[in-house]
Amino acid sequence: MRLLTHNMLSCNIKGVTNGFPLRIEVEKSMEKEVDFNIDFLKSIFSKVEWTALVDAARSLGYNELPEEVADSSTMLESSDFLKKFHHALLELHLEEGALICPETGRRFPVNKGIPNMLLHEDEV
Amino acid sequence: MKLKQLEGLLGNLEQFSCPKIELEQYPTSVHIASRMLFSAEKTFGDVTGKVVADFGCGCGTLGIAAALLDADYVVGVDIDAQSLETASVNAEDMEVELNLMQCDINNLKWRGQFIDTVIMNPPFGTRKKGADMNFLSVALKVATQAVYSLHKTSTRDHVKKMALRDCDATSAEVLCELRFDVPQLYKFHKKKEVDIAVDLWRFVPPKDQDRVVKTFSRHQ
Repeated sequence: MRLLTHNMLSCNIKGVTNGFPLRIEVEKSMEKEVDFNIDFLKSIFSKVEWTALVDAARSLGYNELPEEVADSSTMLESSDFLKKFHHALLELHLEEGALICPETGRRFPVNKGIPNMLLHEDEV
Repeated sequence: MKLKQLEGLLGNLEQFSCPKIELEQYPTSVHIASRMLFSAEKTFGDVTGKVVADFGCGCGTLGIAAALLDADYVVGVDIDAQSLETASVNAEDMEVELNLMQCDINNLKWRGQFIDTVIMNPPFGTRKKGADMNFLSVALKVATQAVYSLHKTSTRDHVKKMALRDCDATSAEVLCELRFDVPQLYKFHKKKEVDIAVDLWRFVPPKDQDRVVKTFSRHQ
């Protein structure tokens, strides 16, 4: 699971209001190189919840992202920044582990890179 | 990429090894899948460079087709773990990136407006009534640009009414009528192969502003 997918996901249990971001529990992570696509990075940037990405990357052992992006138009011209953003968003994978709901502590397992967001009957 | 090339590539994909009837798992034929994605891109520019979600992705045919047409990011969602595993192997074989997730479409909760286009071959709702319309209603909430979907031609009027009236779609248009061959996958199928007429639809989701206005007026 890439961190862009993580950035979209929020806990889907009925009644949960603060289900984002899901905390990451890592058993196994990996890195996989993908093509660098500047236009995509620039267009997706505004939709990404930055703090959630920084924390998620950190939980996978990547600490290079700046804590805050104060001036995004300047940052998005910096190739150094874009490379780090690209790496965190698209090249880091959670292969085995879990996603934990911040409100209820419910664990959603991640196996072979696929998060399992299926709910139990009493959670729908 | 040419249509024939896309069709040829999709022909290599593994399909359901033991289809589950309760989920109405029918493979999307490569004929339909390639035409669906091809018109989405060539006529409307809804695939290349876009973030695409494949709802009820099964073995990943539509999502992989989107990735082959250079979608920037593709997410495939299915309730069935076995199908997702096949989808993952298929994507690897085709050397495309498919981001998979196991979830019931009815319980999907995604933050933000990441998805441009939703493509799907939903259950037709013959086993579980309303399943097709549930898919459509979630797709129209998630997509910001367009939704492509297949529905039985016999339900055309109903689909149109539901999309425009209940899901606030800006437009609902049948792009073409296709023949969906359902091979004899299940025991209750008496004939060896049946042809079902299906419509390829393109829906345009409600504009953000409209959504806000609607919510606002309800509180008045």
